[in-house]
Amino acid sequence: MKICVLVKEVPDAAVTKRIDPSTGRMDRSGERNLNPYDTHAIEAAMQLKEGGELQIEEIVAVTMGPESAVRALHKAVSLGADRSVHLTDPALAGSDVAATGYALASAIKSESPDLVLLGQQSDDGECYTIGAVVAEHLGMPSLTQVVRMDVEGEGVRCERQAEYGYDTVQVAFPAVISVGDAINEPRYPSLKAIMGAKKKPLATVATGDVGIDAAMVGADGSQVQCGEFKAPPQKAAGQIIEDDDTNETVGKIVAWLDERKLI
Amino acid sequence: MADILIYALHYEGAFNKNSLGAITEGARLAAETGGQAHAVVVGEGVSDELAATLGDYGAVKVFKAEGPEGLAQPVIDVMAHVMTENAIQYALFGGGLLGFEIGAGLAARLHAGVTMEVTGVLVEDGKLIAQRPILGDSAISQSRYKDKGIIISRLNAFEAKASGGSAEVVAVSADPSPQAAQASIVSRGEQRGADVDIEGAGTLVAGGRGLGNADGFELLQALAKAFGGSTAVAATRAVVDAGWYPYAGQIGQTGKTVAPKLYLAAGISGAIQHKVGMQASENIVAINKDSNAPIFEFSDLGVVGDLNKIVPKLTEAIAAKRGA
Repeated sequence: MKICVLVKEVPDAAVTKRIDPSTGRMDRSGERNLNPYDTHAIEAAMQLKEGGELQIEEIVAVTMGPESAVRALHKAVSLGADRSVHLTDPALAGSDVAATGYALASAIKSESPDLVLLGQQSDDGECYTIGAVVAEHLGMPSLTQVVRMDVEGEGVRCERQAEYGYDTVQVAFPAVISVGDAINEPRYPSLKAIMGAKKKPLATVATGDVGIDAAMVGADGSQVQCGEFKAPPQKAAGQIIEDDDTNETVGKIVAWLDERKLI
Repeated sequence: MADILIYALHYEGAFNKNSLGAITEGARLAAETGGQAHAVVVGEGVSDELAATLGDYGAVKVFKAEGPEGLAQPVIDVMAHVMTENAIQYALFGGGLLGFEIGAGLAARLHAGVTMEVTGVLVEDGKLIAQRPILGDSAISQSRYKDKGIIISRLNAFEAKASGGSAEVVAVSADPSPQAAQASIVSRGEQRGADVDIEGAGTLVAGGRGLGNADGFELLQALAKAFGGSTAVAATRAVVDAGWYPYAGQIGQTGKTVAPKLYLAAGISGAIQHKVGMQASENIVAINKDSNAPIFEFSDLGVVGDLNKIVPKLTEAIAAKRGA
């Protein structure tokens, strides 16, 4: 069996900047990082492989993005993927969600995976949707926001929280499943794995290599045109207290609540 | 002139209120273009009488198909069929997990444009334009569609308004796609953990991942007790999924929507999926050690600090104040 894991590089504003101990310089790689939800997808793939119930021959990390997106693949490989595929082409710039999903599906198609895993959402916006688009183009069922996945029969039994409580769904392979962050605790890559990541096979492919119809991607091929950005009505900024002296902080909170008759 | 097809999510004899809100909005938009709004229901044994009630919110026709509930693929098959057969240009969803899944799959099937997290829709020259907040709600982006458009709204974006009326129910059946047979529901709507009532509370003390572990909720229970009255403890999805708190106490996208007088968030970063369920609260107080947490952007009082230090002292101070 083969598992493809879709990964994405996202801006990582939340990560504290750090100094790279080997160079003494600011580690700028922290500014863009592997989408945190995707680390759970890789971990889920690793657990299926190590669980032994399925014979997983290979875990392949796949991404689409500019040259810098290679870092997300290196991270994915350091977390356990066997090799990676980087779909990159200037023609893809400006693709909307539907076009991106189509392009990714085209790259995945040539891998013929039995299972495609991805994080349930990306930190930079495209909530919940890319998996369903990829699945539709691959002709596979899609299940999103899965928080538990067990091998059962010719597929996996998945649990997820939906509108009315927890649903359990049996999904037969091949399938596309996006996972939530409660599904597992991703491992930390070993130093050896980090150092070895760049040596694992990485295929760089362009649109023509994987049969992408150029008229279906990029800004021109996208069906949505976004623009006319404007500021939303702003709520007045709230008061902020930095907790230096907790007794004083608590006094301020109580006074604030008391003033509004909330106690 | 543009027709709009709205997905109506059905569960145990009732329609989801976000779906009803989407039908109300869809009817308004369709009328503005000179077109009609229709609803689609996929379910097991949904009666014609129940389906016809969607007319009360503005649906002209209700396309009703038999099929499993809680799965995206069967609905994609039905909606793609209905939109193609009836030359319907737009589809509208009231948010929620299934809305995202179905909408995205439908966009791929129909080669349509798709926009999610939409908070407003405009009509211009007979076409729909969707407005979506982006970059942590600091800007609004407008989406225009070259041809077909799929609009997935943010939860609670549209209010349901009953205006009287009954829809014509049209039975439909679509050829299932091969992949539809690959997924089946084993169980649906399982409630995990105790039944907690958070919707009637005047004050809500809510906890997120920043609590560190399930024991963190003991701090919040003590704080809620100090507030007394109708105070309850609520939680984010992440901690409910982790098993720290019952599902019935969950705020947000797949949980409850609340608007108490006071919402005190401890260790909650304030992701959009949480925000949509509590932003209507009258007063929002947030305690978080990360000064960059998005919740500080929509809280009335933000406290940057360690909740493990602050909450116990706050509990004592409030208990003392109320005892005084």
